Amino acid sequence: MSAISELSSFSRRKGKATAEEKKANGRDNKAAYIFLLPWLVGLVAITIGPMLMSLYLSFTDYNLLQPPEWTGLENFTRMLTDARLHNSLRVTFTYVFIGVPLQLAVALLIALVLDKGLRGLPFYRSVFYLPSLLGGSVAVAILWKQIFGTTGLVNQVLAMFGIQGPGWISDPSTALGSIILLHVWTFGAPMIIFLAGLRQIPNMYYEAAKVDGATTLQQFWKITMPMLSPIIFFNLVLQIIGSFQSFTQAFIVSGGNGGPSDSTMFFTLYLYQKGFGQFDMGYASAMAWVLLLIIGVFTAINFIASKYWVFYDD
Amino acid sequence: MTTKLETLPAPDKKSGAGKPTNHRKPKVRESRGTLAFSRSQRTKALIKHAILILTGALMIYPLLWMVVSSLRPNELIFREPGLWLNSLEMSNYTSGWSALTHPFGHYMLNSAIVVIGSILGNLISCSMAAYAFARLQFTGKKLFFGIMLLTIMLPFHVVIVPQYILFSQIGWVNTFWPLLVPKLLATDAFFVFLMVQFIRGIPKDLDEAARIDGAGHPRIFLRVILPLMVPALATTTIFTFIWTWNDFFGALIYLTDPDMFTVPVALRAFVDSQSATSWGSLFAMSIVSLLPVFLVFLFGQRFLIKGIATTGIK
Repeated sequence: MSAISELSSFSRRKGKATAEEKKANGRDNKAAYIFLLPWLVGLVAITIGPMLMSLYLSFTDYNLLQPPEWTGLENFTRMLTDARLHNSLRVTFTYVFIGVPLQLAVALLIALVLDKGLRGLPFYRSVFYLPSLLGGSVAVAILWKQIFGTTGLVNQVLAMFGIQGPGWISDPSTALGSIILLHVWTFGAPMIIFLAGLRQIPNMYYEAAKVDGATTLQQFWKITMPMLSPIIFFNLVLQIIGSFQSFTQAFIVSGGNGGPSDSTMFFTLYLYQKGFGQFDMGYASAMAWVLLLIIGVFTAINFIASKYWVFYDD
Repeated sequence: MTTKLETLPAPDKKSGAGKPTNHRKPKVRESRGTLAFSRSQRTKALIKHAILILTGALMIYPLLWMVVSSLRPNELIFREPGLWLNSLEMSNYTSGWSALTHPFGHYMLNSAIVVIGSILGNLISCSMAAYAFARLQFTGKKLFFGIMLLTIMLPFHVVIVPQYILFSQIGWVNTFWPLLVPKLLATDAFFVFLMVQFIRGIPKDLDEAARIDGAGHPRIFLRVILPLMVPALATTTIFTFIWTWNDFFGALIYLTDPDMFTVPVALRAFVDSQSATSWGSLFAMSIVSLLPVFLVFLFGQRFLIKGIATTGIK
């Protein structure tokens, strides 16, 4: 299905060469490398080269003007005492660990309601999907900035009920919540993946369960959830990786400074400020590698944990 | 061929068991059930519709309100949460259009150039790489394929600092090249994967027949595979359009000269330059910026939804 299942099956297949591959004289290296040429050049020049370069820069002090100066682990030890960086990690973790489960829960719920040939499905699906296409844009971030402003739409509605709402995005205790809500609002993409997954569950399972007198709830926990678990896992991995890199919304809503009082200072925002605001390229590179490490660790944890809850119907 | 993407099973292993149409069968039987049974079914459907309509309305309301507000006198944005329009006020659009250094159309044109270049780049480079991965046998294929899958999940922050250094040394800051060249080099591995999946579904007999007729790989690729993978190319085109049109981070870093601004950075400059009183024109230009995405969504939905459901891309 996905890049992820392909990757996880990669290790399993290792060593077992297929008949096709044993046919060594069937190789066409020359043609293949010509077709792969743009990709290979990109891999070296745009991906792996810069990766190695940023690894090197993370051990240097570099401001674009003078040549990089080797400083060993200094950037990393600086991180240990950088309170703003610690705060940005806390903000990012809060965003990821509240936003992602919340978004996936809503996506799954709506997908379940939508499943089973409900009339008007294409229409509903479109309505729910539209926000996830627009959600990454600056325009929607601008809209959010207004809606959750002191005199914004939310407070106007609250005022109709005589409630004086807080200045959501200008209040450090609610600003991050407003951005998490924006993430939840874009649940349409995972919802469509869930819908596709639900369709793959053979109906005979439900029919058999009904004959045995299983309740709707039992059917959900004993059939839907196990059968859907690979899809949930897939969505979880993708969304966590993506959310750690969230940038635009926090940038626009906070006016680029991660405020108020750093409450929306995402790790990526701080990285941008260090690298492209203060041109502290060495530190920014070190931060980027920390981000890669964090994402790598959480993805690995996800894969390991998946052995205990993801059900493959082999 | 369009059905190919549709029927690519979400979890591979269940393809045999779960026919997509299965779930519609019981519905027919249920409608022939007892009166009490069908009534409870109807109540259930009614509740479902109520949930969906309420959620959908809540989600879409902010967007509708933005459209309506952009057609209102500015001061109403702060005290009119409803959707009623007493008169059509076009002044927000005219003032917004010329609020920045250049008329807004200038930024749209810049965006269009980057979008078209990116689409062409992705179509050419990704389809070539995909052909090699899906059809050719070559040394290091497994390794490269694994690397390609991994790069899908690589956070771009890890490469952005050295990329910036590289492109600024070539003198490409404030040109579109840093945004276009990576696309020409197939760095959007998502699409390589999407196309590999698609080509794998095209019967190999067709290649064989062409080969017997004396066609080489370039001819097989151009004459046999490309025409058959139009749906995958369409999906790639649409996603590239939306992502590139919305891309903020890349433009923020590389385009600092107002002459070169694309729409997202122009909007950001607009937010920063305006006081809180001109939300009307800000909304107006936000809507103008969302319009192309909305149109693509309207006409390309089919490909979008299939694209997400099969590869799980966002």
